[in-house]
Amino acid sequence: MSLLEVRNVSKSFGGVHAVKNVSFDVKEGEVFTIVGPNGAGKSTIFNLISRFYDVTEGSIKFDGNEITSLKPDEIAGIGIARTFQNIELFDHSTVLQNLLVGRHTKRKTSFIENVLFTPRVRAEERAHRRAAEDVIEFLDLHAYRNKMIAGLPYGVRKVVEIGRALACGPRMLLLDEPASGLSVEETQDVAYWIEDMQKDMGLTILMVEHDMSLVTQVSDRVLALNNGEMLSMGSPEEVQSDPKVIEAYLGVEDVT
Amino acid sequence: MEVVQLLLGGIASGCIYGLIALGFVLIYKATESVNFAQGDMMMLGAFITLQLTNTDYWNLPFWAAVPLAIAIMAVIGYGLEALVIRKLFGQPQFAVVILTIAIGFVLRFIAGFIWGHQPQSLETPFTGINLRFSGLVIGLDEVFVIGVTLVLTLGLYLFFAKTKLGIAMQAASQNQLAAYYMGVPVKLINGIIWAMAGGIAAVAGVMFAARGAIDPSMGLLGIKAFAAAVIGGFGSLPGALIGGLIIGIIEPFAARYGAPGYSQIAPYALMLLVLVLRPNGLFSQVQSKKV
Amino acid sequence: MRIHFKTKYDDDINLFEDGRKLFWYVLLVVLAILLPFIFDEYLLGEAVNVLIWAIAGMGLMILAGHTGQASLGHGAFLACGAYMEVWLQNKGVPFVLSLPLAGLFAGIVGAIIAIPALKMSGIYLAIATLAMGVIAEDVIILLEPYTGGIDGVYVEAFTLFGVEIDRYVSPDKFYWTCLGVVIIVTFGYANLLRSSTGRAFMAIRDSEISARAMGINVARFKTISFGLSCFVTGIAGGLLAHYMGAFNYEAFLILISIQLLLMIVVGGMGSIHGAFFGAAVVGFLPQLVTIVRETVTTVAIPGLDMGIFALILITIIVVEPTGLYGRWMKTRIWFELFPLARKDMFRRNKSYLKTERMK
Repeated sequence: MSLLEVRNVSKSFGGVHAVKNVSFDVKEGEVFTIVGPNGAGKSTIFNLISRFYDVTEGSIKFDGNEITSLKPDEIAGIGIARTFQNIELFDHSTVLQNLLVGRHTKRKTSFIENVLFTPRVRAEERAHRRAAEDVIEFLDLHAYRNKMIAGLPYGVRKVVEIGRALACGPRMLLLDEPASGLSVEETQDVAYWIEDMQKDMGLTILMVEHDMSLVTQVSDRVLALNNGEMLSMGSPEEVQSDPKVIEAYLGVEDVT
Repeated sequence: MEVVQLLLGGIASGCIYGLIALGFVLIYKATESVNFAQGDMMMLGAFITLQLTNTDYWNLPFWAAVPLAIAIMAVIGYGLEALVIRKLFGQPQFAVVILTIAIGFVLRFIAGFIWGHQPQSLETPFTGINLRFSGLVIGLDEVFVIGVTLVLTLGLYLFFAKTKLGIAMQAASQNQLAAYYMGVPVKLINGIIWAMAGGIAAVAGVMFAARGAIDPSMGLLGIKAFAAAVIGGFGSLPGALIGGLIIGIIEPFAARYGAPGYSQIAPYALMLLVLVLRPNGLFSQVQSKKV
Repeated sequence: MRIHFKTKYDDDINLFEDGRKLFWYVLLVVLAILLPFIFDEYLLGEAVNVLIWAIAGMGLMILAGHTGQASLGHGAFLACGAYMEVWLQNKGVPFVLSLPLAGLFAGIVGAIIAIPALKMSGIYLAIATLAMGVIAEDVIILLEPYTGGIDGVYVEAFTLFGVEIDRYVSPDKFYWTCLGVVIIVTFGYANLLRSSTGRAFMAIRDSEISARAMGINVARFKTISFGLSCFVTGIAGGLLAHYMGAFNYEAFLILISIQLLLMIVVGGMGSIHGAFFGAAVVGFLPQLVTIVRETVTTVAIPGLDMGIFALILITIIVVEPTGLYGRWMKTRIWFELFPLARKDMFRRNKSYLKTERMK
């Protein structure tokens, strides 16, 4: 069954078409990757799904419900969590606090209860903490638990981004270039985590990524975009060998 | 006739607000920080001129004192940037806001310490000289204020639009790091900008002093000039002047025709209205961040 | 060096991570309670002043330090609380009710003002709040039936649990009242910071975009922050009314609002301690300056305290952006690690201005 249905979606910025008539489905439990050269519209699609942009045309359904009229802060609540390509963590908080912010949608207490710190709040804090510790355990972040984000190395921040999204307890995870700027070893870790998230946690993952080795290793299906248009869709091998994709990446040699 | 008279007075004081606002905009355009001490720099410029030219002090000729005061204020502006503001290079806007507020307090204290807190008047060649046109009385000081402001705004506008240095200054504000890599001497440019702001503050101070008494707390006028800058759009030099004129003209009319007690609210209320309707100012330059 | 082994999540959730910390804070409170037996009447009055500024500082800290929304017009909410308290007292409302109501009034005004302020950011918010602070002076004069206009208002002694409390007749009891309020507010503030609401505030401060992606309704939480901030500032205003006894609009000039913001910057942005450090500086600096000046000259120098305060502020922003509290923490860590502390342990990361035209 399809968890996410994107139908004939277009987005234009003042006459410039960033995304043109794109349709695809992401099945429950699948790792679906969008690839394409810079400016192909990959991040735009992410921003459309996470509602930072409004669609110009088309529909996006999550779990059967139309989401194109939701506000960006309502997306996490329905079970979609995302990471950011250029790391948007809360710099002046600790790793633990960042993960706990991820639990925001699960809170059940009002701000007045928070100020009074009633027993209910304490119980909730314990539950949040347990969930955050699970994420710390999974991503091996123990050493950084109480460290400020501002002083952490790039690779760790990248992992915390994934962790914060995981802490939201999502059904679908949007990973925006999770391996960009990472070393080969770190990229390998990301690949293992993605496999574990898919197999053990049963998460559906939609990913934008440039690193083709990572893409072929973890993806079930791949969508290639160029200039905002769909170029090719299928298994990683199919897409990689598609002449249209090769043309978009390498250009055609004009043989006369 | 009365309306024309009010209008003229309004335009003249509007020019002064416009000039202070010009100082804000100048620094904002180039460094993207706001100098909350601009009003106090104007006050200092006025007092330095007073020190140079008044008969009780050094008694220099007015036309020698003004350029000298402008030069001194330019040096002070450059010095402030080089010694203090530059230390915050790359820090958030907020830190610079607080820092310049503190600098304003210090300038006010220094001026109070040197020149006392009693209001004083600057002696100018055109004080009290009026031109009369068929029942209309125009002070020579008003003509002077309006003329100088127009010339200065036009000059600065051309400087930013046409000269290489002006364009480099704008580039530096958009992305300091990138500008630095492209060979723009960012630090030097920030220093020059602050020197220019100091010079403009001196001009504004002289013009303000030409029309009334000055005391160390007159820098609070800067708050009204914020209204001018916001109404005109924070990044636009001609906008600053237009904003200043709007504020300057509204004031005497609100005082004359408005209900007593309400009239002094008018400039601030207008500014708040602008901010509510256009939360990032008219001619907004804030774009949504790409993620 | 001391290492605390945490064995339960509650170790992190509790206000005090271990008995030692608790001990020091209890000692501090006991000392504060005993203060009237140590200080003379004049110094005790100054101590009350510090407590009231600390409450107002905490109020502004919620908004500026933890939600990242700088306000240069918080004096207006101080005024809301003060005038409401006087009005309620004159209507015969008991102090236990009138003070929270005065705070609530300021909080509601703040939440209403938040609606247009939500859309503004950075300097525009700072300038708008500055303008609001200026307008507040005129509004106070215009609302003469409630505020007494230029002449101002006068408040009598109040009764708390059957005991009559007057700032001049029973300064010790007034001091203890203020201390009680300080403790309650501090407790509530600390609770806020260790729960989801406080984390949402800090998330908004650090990155609005990712706060949204985490499901935080930014407008709603900014409004809550404005409301809570103004509520606490209003409470401070209510106490200030009793502290001043008789006052008019001049007690809430725009310079007071500016000084309040400068105060929490000196103390240290983003920490409760910062509000107290800042209040102590603002409260005791004039005394200190006078004592030092009198060793040099007997001539009064007007504006000297403010000038020196501004110089301290400049020094702090340039060399120690985390404020006095940050300096205090670093000194403590240095001693704890002695002799292992290294000079560049607290080196700041180089940062370059990111344009705020992108928001």
